[in-house]
Amino acid sequence: MTLLPEKTDRKMGLVIDLDTCVGCHACVISCKGWNTENYGAPLSDQDPYGADPSGTFLNRIHSYEVQPESGPAQLIHFPKSCLHCEDAPCVTVCPTGASYKRVEDGIVLVNEKDCIGCGLCAWACPYGARELDQAEGVMKKCTLCVDRIYNENLPAEDRVPACVRTCPSNARHFGDLGDPDSAVSQLVAERGGMDLMPEQGTKPVNKYLPPRSKDTLNTGPSEEIDILAPLLAPIAKEPKGFLGWLDKTLEKI
Amino acid sequence: MHPAPSIIAFSTFSGLGLGLLFWLGVDTTAPTGWVAFAFFAIGYILAVGGLISSTFHLGRPERALKAFTQWQTSWLSREAWCAVGALVTMGLYAFLLVFFDTQVLVLGWIGAVFCLLTVYTTSMIYAQLKTVPRWNTVLTSALFLAISIAGGALLSGRVTIALVLLVIAGGLQFVWWKTGDMRFKESGTDMNTATGLGSIGDVRAFEPPHTGTNYLLNEMVYTVGRRHAEKLRLIAIGLMLVLPVLLLLLPFPHIFGLLALVSHVAGVLVSRWLFFAEAEHVVGLYYGMR
Repeated sequence: MTLLPEKTDRKMGLVIDLDTCVGCHACVISCKGWNTENYGAPLSDQDPYGADPSGTFLNRIHSYEVQPESGPAQLIHFPKSCLHCEDAPCVTVCPTGASYKRVEDGIVLVNEKDCIGCGLCAWACPYGARELDQAEGVMKKCTLCVDRIYNENLPAEDRVPACVRTCPSNARHFGDLGDPDSAVSQLVAERGGMDLMPEQGTKPVNKYLPPRSKDTLNTGPSEEIDILAPLLAPIAKEPKGFLGWLDKTLEKI
Repeated sequence: MHPAPSIIAFSTFSGLGLGLLFWLGVDTTAPTGWVAFAFFAIGYILAVGGLISSTFHLGRPERALKAFTQWQTSWLSREAWCAVGALVTMGLYAFLLVFFDTQVLVLGWIGAVFCLLTVYTTSMIYAQLKTVPRWNTVLTSALFLAISIAGGALLSGRVTIALVLLVIAGGLQFVWWKTGDMRFKESGTDMNTATGLGSIGDVRAFEPPHTGTNYLLNEMVYTVGRRHAEKLRLIAIGLMLVLPVLLLLLPFPHIFGLLALVSHVAGVLVSRWLFFAEAEHVVGLYYGMR
């Protein structure tokens, strides 16, 4: 059903920390691994070992270079997957009802049996979160690992999305963003979590934590503090004895 | 956006066919018998042929009937219903005209309204998308409707009406292009809102997620041929507006009518190609390609 729910009981989603992400792409691999082996059609690759490889991914990591007015440029790794928007434009455009937003937790899903592969939902998404699988002809998107997070066959610590479980720098957090007391909501409040493309009116559930400001050591000559300088000062300024004679003689030649 | 030939053909030919059916529906002295049969056959071949071609771009065309279910929110679903409404109503209207020489005016009017609604719903599939600022305007619907009824008037031999409508459609096309060139900038979506990093400094895409291409890039970050856009716009407006108008103003409109029609359709095909090829999706920002 493509009518969006007026309100969802919970708003499950991700908080992504742009300050700590190191751009290792481990979440990309674990996402592809889990989602190709489990729920729905596998995530196919086309020409994977050939000259022009491509494939379906539900999570991709961009990297941006940001140049402040002064100081060195900063490199920021930028994971991007479905933001499970409250006002998901991908859901309402779907002609078949394959796309829907769950009332119980706000997760946006595709019922692949109903998908005709028209691609309109991918057009409607400003974030590029939906990809039409070229082998199956159906739309694939992040499920927030709906088959992990409620899966009682898994140990409790594994009941989080694969990307969150695998992140070695703890840059991905999972929880209920509709509950102001949840750990993720606290994190968003504390760090000034932001929406991507807020002007698109999608009201994304996933939030991004902006990079912390960098320290400003050695930015100008007046502020220069080199704690090693006293230790590295040359001990003998002028050579004496044999070395002094050698130095003078060599200078004369 | 990727200019898929199936979608370009669909929107051009079904628009033309529905435009013709519209004029047959509102014609108080509609043709009867075999003349009517010929006109309606052309209208149906164009409209149905276009609709069938639109299913070629589906990943799973065998499930196409499911597209009728979500008319409450989806313009694509509404388009399906309007198309069926138009074809069924006009079919009944045509059947009575061809075989019984009877014109049921009300049926023709209802059919004509459905024809226009079908073209309108098609246009709304594009015009609703905030993600493609160039399309996201009421002008898109006005343009689609104007081109459809202008082409229909030309195809049904209404020379005077066609002349007026061609000029209106051409004018709308010009305004749509000119305002469209600024709409991405005016939309307020840029690298800063996309990444949220603008408060630190100038944001530049450093590395894409993968070295190869992907569905998003092929489908929504299409760039080939844009550098010829200005030339193609001139060709499109020349073929869809200028040449047909000149041909219609010549003293023997019946002889040149066909040429005018062929030229117009070729022009609309070029314009539709540009409609997709020039459209910039905001996702391109993430790839530093806007």
